[in-house]
Amino acid sequence: MRHLKRTAKLGRTGEHRNAMLANLVCSLIKERRVTTTLAKAKAARSVAEKLLTLAKRGSLHDRRLVSARLRQDEDAVRMLFQELAPAHKERRGGYTRILKLAQRQGDAAQVAILEWVDTALTTTPEAPKEKPATETAPAAATEAPAAKPPEAAAEDKTTPASDQK
Amino acid sequence: MGVPKRKPSHSRQRQRRAYNSVLKLPQLSTCPQCAAPYVPHRVCPACGYYKGRQVVSVQALG
Repeated sequence: MRHLKRTAKLGRTGEHRNAMLANLVCSLIKERRVTTTLAKAKAARSVAEKLLTLAKRGSLHDRRLVSARLRQDEDAVRMLFQELAPAHKERRGGYTRILKLAQRQGDAAQVAILEWVDTALTTTPEAPKEKPATETAPAAATEAPAAKPPEAAAEDKTTPASDQK
Repeated sequence: MGVPKRKPSHSRQRQRRAYNSVLKLPQLSTCPQCAAPYVPHRVCPACGYYKGRQVVSVQALG
């Protein structure tokens, strides 16, 4: 019986949902961070944490289970086992973090960032727009041209628009 | 096709809209980083900070 077994269905059939979550988790593994709706982030979090637990155990059987769940995306499996599992070695569960963003223009959906806790992206602190204009206008003006290009390039990588439909 | 028989009276119209005066904006906090108003437990849309950490680039958000 299916009593009380709750799953976030996300308006999809089981196959569609499993495929979508596999894609989303593959993106999360490769890009370290995905921006998606809150409901999808919560569903993908459950999958991602279970796979990372398998990866930390790290046997051949575990590797095959992960590969099956990720639809044999072997690049993602390799990154999960070789990069993410050692990074989260000391952490006992709670490997991912969900950050809520503002509502999306267009459909007012709740949008969130899903990311790994222990592989922190180096998002360079950028000066908030209002403050430097009043306080450190000359200093900001000299630094800004030099700082801009690498920062902008880094941002393209860190926040992919990876809302898997 | 079913069509309304009468136009709603002024009273009905006002009753329907009475609740609109109760609607309010969500509770907003002031961002400790940039002093802009933001919804609690969300990343600040003005500066991209959350819990004292830059989590998202405002330029990337657009």
